[in-house]
Amino acid sequence: MPEVKVVNVSKKFGGGKIVAVDNVSLQIYDKEYFSFLGPSGCGKTTLLRMIAGLLQPDEGEIYIDGKLVNNVPPEDRDIGFVFQTYALFPHMDVWDNVTYGPRVKAWNEEKNERIGREMLEMVRLYERADAFPNELSGGMMQRVALSRALATGSKLLLLDEPLGALDAKIRLELRNELRRLVKDLELTAIHVTHDQSEAMAISDRIAVMRKGKMLQVGTPQELYMNPQHLFVANFIGESNFLEGHIEKVEKETTIELRGEKFVNVSDTTKKRGERIVLMVRPETFAMEKGKKRKMNSLYGHVDRLRFEGTHIRYGIRLENEDHVEISRPTLVGEWFNVDDEVTVSFPPDKGYVFTYPSKGLMEELAVE
Amino acid sequence: MGQVFEDSGLTSRAVSAISASFLIAIFVSLVDIVTGLPMAWFIVRGRTRWLGIIDTLADIPFIVPTVTLGYSLLLFWNKPEGISSLFGNSLISPGWLLIILLHFTFSYPVVVRVIVGALQDYKYVYEEASRTLGAASLTAARTVTLSILKPSIIASFVLAFARSLSETGATVFVAGTFENGPIFIKNAIDNGQEGPMVLVSLILILVSATIFVAIRALGPKLKMPVKRIWPSTERVLSHIGAVTIRNSVSIVIFLFLVLIPSLFVAFPAINAITSGTLSDALGSVGVWSGYWQSLGLSYLVAAIVTLLNVIVGLPMAVLIARKRMGKVLAAILDTFVNVPLIVPSIALGASMGIFWKNFAFIPEIGLIIFAHLSITYPYFVRAMAAAIERIDMDLEDASRILGAKPFTVFKTIILPLTKYSLFAGAIMMFARSVDETGATLAVVTTLKTAPVLLVDWVKGKVSATPLEIGLGCAFLIIFSFVVLLVLRLFVRGRGRY
Repeated sequence: MPEVKVVNVSKKFGGGKIVAVDNVSLQIYDKEYFSFLGPSGCGKTTLLRMIAGLLQPDEGEIYIDGKLVNNVPPEDRDIGFVFQTYALFPHMDVWDNVTYGPRVKAWNEEKNERIGREMLEMVRLYERADAFPNELSGGMMQRVALSRALATGSKLLLLDEPLGALDAKIRLELRNELRRLVKDLELTAIHVTHDQSEAMAISDRIAVMRKGKMLQVGTPQELYMNPQHLFVANFIGESNFLEGHIEKVEKETTIELRGEKFVNVSDTTKKRGERIVLMVRPETFAMEKGKKRKMNSLYGHVDRLRFEGTHIRYGIRLENEDHVEISRPTLVGEWFNVDDEVTVSFPPDKGYVFTYPSKGLMEELAVE
Repeated sequence: MGQVFEDSGLTSRAVSAISASFLIAIFVSLVDIVTGLPMAWFIVRGRTRWLGIIDTLADIPFIVPTVTLGYSLLLFWNKPEGISSLFGNSLISPGWLLIILLHFTFSYPVVVRVIVGALQDYKYVYEEASRTLGAASLTAARTVTLSILKPSIIASFVLAFARSLSETGATVFVAGTFENGPIFIKNAIDNGQEGPMVLVSLILILVSATIFVAIRALGPKLKMPVKRIWPSTERVLSHIGAVTIRNSVSIVIFLFLVLIPSLFVAFPAINAITSGTLSDALGSVGVWSGYWQSLGLSYLVAAIVTLLNVIVGLPMAVLIARKRMGKVLAAILDTFVNVPLIVPSIALGASMGIFWKNFAFIPEIGLIIFAHLSITYPYFVRAMAAAIERIDMDLEDASRILGAKPFTVFKTIILPLTKYSLFAGAIMMFARSVDETGATLAVVTTLKTAPVLLVDWVKGKVSATPLEIGLGCAFLIIFSFVVLLVLRLFVRGRGRY
C-alpha cells in the first residue's frame, strides 16, 4: 500500500541560486489525503514533481512503499498524476486518453475496454468517449484527467492544483467529489494547492510550505487552532496581529501593547521583556457598545463595516491607533454602526503569542 | 514548345530531369526529417554544456550562401584537396549523388531549425503526463510529442522539399552532366532553347504547386502511428545507451555531411592569403574588379528588395493573419503567397523574364529586383503573418475601445509587438536575395550578381584559378556573416515580448 516518505530533500534551480525545496522531510501515510499548501513559488509543485519522478532531487531520498525511488523513472513509479492544465492529449479523444495508460502498459484489449468503461462511468462521461478535449468544459476535462490518472490502477494519486483552472462553483463541487472518490477507492492522495480553504476542506493533513521550507504539518484543526508559526497563523484562516512586549509572566502572561494597554494570555512560554506579536482571530473577539471594564478589554470605535452574508465584518480603530478586524455572525447579537464607540475583548486562551520576527512583521507575513 | 515533343531525345531528357528533381527532393526531405529530428531533439532536450555551441554551429550552413556551398561540397567530395585525398582518387564525381549530398547539406539546417523552434514552444507537460501513465520516454515521444508536432514536421518537410526542388546555383557546380529540372532549364537557357525551357518550367511550377496544395490539404489528415505500442522494445530503445548512440550518430552526420563540407571552401581561401591572390583581390586586379562590382550589386539589390518587401508584405501579412477578408479568401491568399516558395526559382525566373521582357523600358536591374521580390516575399509574409496571429485579439480590441483607429492599432500595438519577427523576416529576405541564383540566371543578360559571377568562374566562362574561386566564395561568406551579425545585434537590442 502506498506510503510516501521524503527525507531531507532539496532542489535548487538557476545554477543553485534559487532554492525551490530546502531540506524537507515528511511522511504521508497509506490512504491519507495529504495537501501541500503555500503561496506561489513556495516549492510545493517542485516537491510533488520530485515525488512523481518528473524532477530529480539534488539531495535527499524519496521512498514510495518503502522503496527508494530516486533513480526510478516516472513511468515505473506506479503513480497517477493530474496536471493543473490537465494535459489531455489534444490529438486523442476521451476514450484514447483514458485508455492510454493501460495501452502503454500492454494490458490485454479486453481489460483495457473494461477499465476505460469503468473509469468513464465513474466520472459520468462515458457518453462523451468520442469527444476531443477541446470539445469539453473545464469540469469535464478535469474529470477525464482524473479518470485517466486512475485507469492505470495506481493507488497513489498526485494532484497539482487540480481545481485551479475551474470556476468557483464547480471547484466547490469537484473538491467534494474528489475527496469522496479518493476515500471510496482507498487511494493515497497528495494534493498541491495555494487555496487554504480548499486544503482545509479536502485534506486529512496539510503541510504548509513557504520559500522551499516546510513550516508546519498537521490536521486542518491543528493548523487553525495551534499555529506554530506567524506565517501559518496568517495563511490559515484570518488573523489580527498586535505588537507588544511581555510585561510579566506568572500564571498567565501579561502583555503590554502600544499605548500602555495591557492584556493577558494563557501562553506562558515567553520571557519577560521579550518583543512579541499577539495574534487573535477575528471571530474570537467579543464586542459591546460603549466603554466596559472587562478582562482583556480594549476600547475603540467602528471605522468601517462590510456585510458578507453569513457574517458582518467590522474594522475597529483602537485607542492606541492599532487596528483590528472583527467578524460576527449576522443573525446573532446586536449590529453596530460606523463611529460607534465599542469595547472589544478576547479570552486569554485565544491569544497566540509569537516572538517578534527578526526580519520584521510584514516580511514574515508576506505571501510573495 | 513543340520542339520538345518532336525531338524524342529532348523529350526523354526533359522527363528524366523533371522526375529526378522530384525524386531527389522527396528523398532528401525524408532523410532530412529522419536525421534532423533526433538532432533537434538533442539540441533542445540534451543536457551537455556543449549544446549551445552545437546549436550555433547548426546555423552556420545558413550563413554560407548556397552557391558557395556548392563549390565547397565539390572541393570536399570531389577535388583532390578534399576527402578524396584519403582515397587516392576522386571519391564522388559530380552527378546525382553529389546533388543529393548538396541538397541534404543546405536543407538539413532548415529542418533542424524548424523542429527546434517547435520543440521549444511545445508544452512538455503532455510528455510528462504520458510518462506518469507508464510510457517509456520513446513511447511518450512517439505517441504524444510527435503527433502534436506533426504540423511543424510537415512544414519542415515542405520547406526542405521546396529548397531542394528550387535550388539552382549550387546544383550547377555539382551536377556534372546530370540534369534535374533546374539544370535542364539552365542548359536550355544557355543553348537558346526557349521552347523546352518554358515547357519544363511550366511543368515544374504546376506539379510543385499541386504537391504543395495537396500537402496542405492532406497534411492535417495524416495520422501518425500512435495506436500500436511496443512497450518492451521501446523501453530498451529509451535506455540511456540507445539514446547516447542516437545522439552520437546525429552529431557524426551533422559534422561530416553538413558542417565540414559547408566550410571546406575556407581552405583555398587560406592558401589565397599566402599566395598573393588576396592582394590582387584587394587591388581589384584581373577578375576582381568585376567581382567587387557584382558583390556591390548583390547587396544593393538585397537592400532594395528587403525595403520594398516590408512595404508591400506587411499589409498582406495583416490580411492573412486577421482573416479580414473571410477565412476562405485568407486561405487562398495564404496558398498563393506561398507559391514562390515551392516553385523552382529558375522556372519562376524564366517565366518572369519572358513576361517582363515585353516591357522593354524596364532596366535589367529592375528585372533582378522583381525576380528577387517574388522569391523572398513569401518568407517575409509567412513570418509576419505567424507573428501577428500570435497577438491576442483582446489587445487590439482594447486599443480600439480606448479610441484607436485601425492604423493607430497597427502602429501602436501590432508593430511594436512584432518588431522581432519583422527584423527576423528582413534578415531572411536579405540573406535569401544575396544568395539567389536560379531566378537571377534566368533574367540577366549583362549584369552579374555575385552568385551568378561565381557560377561563371566555376563553369570556366571567365577563367579564374581555384584560389580565386575559393577566395571569392570566402568573401561572400564573410560579408554575409558580417551583415547578418550586424542585423542580429540590431535585433537583439529590441526586446522580445
